Amino acid sequence: MIPLGQITQQAGQWLRGSGPHHEIVISSRVRLARNLAGFPFVGRSTRRQRADVLQRVQRELTTDGLGWDVLWVDLMDCDPIDRALLMERHLISKHHAEADHEHPRAVAIGQDETFSIMVNEEDHLRIQVLRSGMQFDAAFEAINAIDDQLEDRLDYAYSPRFGYLAACPTNVGTGIRVSVMLHLPALKLTGEIEKVRRAARDMHLAVRGLFGEGSDAMGDLYQVSNQTTLGKSERELLDEFEHKVVPEIIAYEQQARQALARQRPAQLDDKIWRAWGVLTHARVLGTEEVLQLLSHLRLGVNLGRIAEVDIRTINELFLLTQPAHLQRVAGRTLEQPARREARASLVRKRLGV
Amino acid sequence: MKRKCDQCDRPATHHSVEIIKGQKIEKHLCDQCAADEGMAVPTAHTPINQLLTNFVKLHSSGGGSGTKQREELVCAGCGLTFSQFREASLLGCPQCYSDFEPSLSPLMERAHEGGTHHVGKVPRRAGRSEVRQQQLTRLRKRLEHAVSEENYELAAKLRDEIGVFEEGGA
Ligand SMILES: [Zn+2]
Ligand SMILES: [Zn+2]
Repeated sequence: MIPLGQITQQAGQWLRGSGPHHEIVISSRVRLARNLAGFPFVGRSTRRQRADVLQRVQRELTTDGLGWDVLWVDLMDCDPIDRALLMERHLISKHHAEADHEHPRAVAIGQDETFSIMVNEEDHLRIQVLRSGMQFDAAFEAINAIDDQLEDRLDYAYSPRFGYLAACPTNVGTGIRVSVMLHLPALKLTGEIEKVRRAARDMHLAVRGLFGEGSDAMGDLYQVSNQTTLGKSERELLDEFEHKVVPEIIAYEQQARQALARQRPAQLDDKIWRAWGVLTHARVLGTEEVLQLLSHLRLGVNLGRIAEVDIRTINELFLLTQPAHLQRVAGRTLEQPARREARASLVRKRLGV
Repeated sequence: MKRKCDQCDRPATHHSVEIIKGQKIEKHLCDQCAADEGMAVPTAHTPINQLLTNFVKLHSSGGGSGTKQREELVCAGCGLTFSQFREASLLGCPQCYSDFEPSLSPLMERAHEGGTHHVGKVPRRAGRSEVRQQQLTRLRKRLEHAVSEENYELAAKLRDEIGVFEEGGA
């Protein structure tokens, strides 16, 4: 097992429930796709070439190179629960967690989980920086500094016309993906969320659920990201998110919250207090169910309609109730029925009842 | 066919799945009843890559004599054919961008809201990086070839050469 023991007890910094607009914006993320010159892209590399890339990047990041204090996790010989754990913490993608076992790949995780670098995912390097709340500038400055230092030591595949060359042409150019994780329970309750999705699509933005892969966003947590990476600078894109996209969605969600509080106070309180009641008394809880209840509880706290719990605890529970986290805390594999019981008991404990 | 609201006779416009005690419960309500319940609407899911896949399909269904020609395009760098790219939506190596450029450009333009040229960050070493990239590619290719032929002596020599070349990069 990888030395992740302590971190399972708390959430990464980005989930701490602080930062600008944290009542709606859970976190901001910036990701860069980079490839090394001289090698084919990952999908067309031999096993040896992949191993070469891995070795070279590890060397440059750690002892002989930048000397960064990163946790280097070789995903080839990594326990499946640990891989799932890293995925639940958004440090690696699902693809990276589940790729076939013979595929040399790794992740380097920075202090406090504020950044991670996936090696041999779809691209040789996928660098990401996460910040809590709305902090696009801070996230971009941090990732840009990481990128500059790596570029001093590694030859990136780059062309003047197409910019940073990526395995998928949808990522070419800046290679940047800016995402924001939003909690939009009121838009969901009022049925307005579909309009947000349509508006986002018109702006060439992708909207996805933060947890799970289905069509529904579990826990009313949404991830909005750009899809255009060619012909638009990093700055333009960040400004668009910071000054246009996100403020509009925030305003829309605020309106929906106020409307609910004004026009349907009884139904609203019912959702909130039912969530509290179930969470503090249930003996068996499923993943989707817990996320939905936590979502309503979070809304209640943000609207000042319930004071029994704070936002940080709720944010942490979003993460700690995920299957791999439960199993890591238990220290063993748990089958689904046992997980549901463990989940309910963890929630009761954390909510202090 | 239209589904009726669970609670009255109006057509259902709001559909949702709620999970209670691990049991999925579907709800279909009209605007009015949905408002009374403060209910959610399910949402369509658009994976990020679907964008490209759609464009590629659109492009290939265009048919005509041009299509056949494009299918026979091969990247000299990695041997990927354009039709292989169409299947997986992934390119094989940096050179694919130049070797497939005529066929790729229109796809990329549509995928990137009309963007055709890179705007934004430029690597600080971009000035001489093109020559370097070509040299590195050549060395790496020779290495791969040497290893596959089990010529380990040559492979070791090439590894050293690559090492020196990369160190000299900073
Ligand atoms: Zn009705
Ligand atoms: Zn190629």
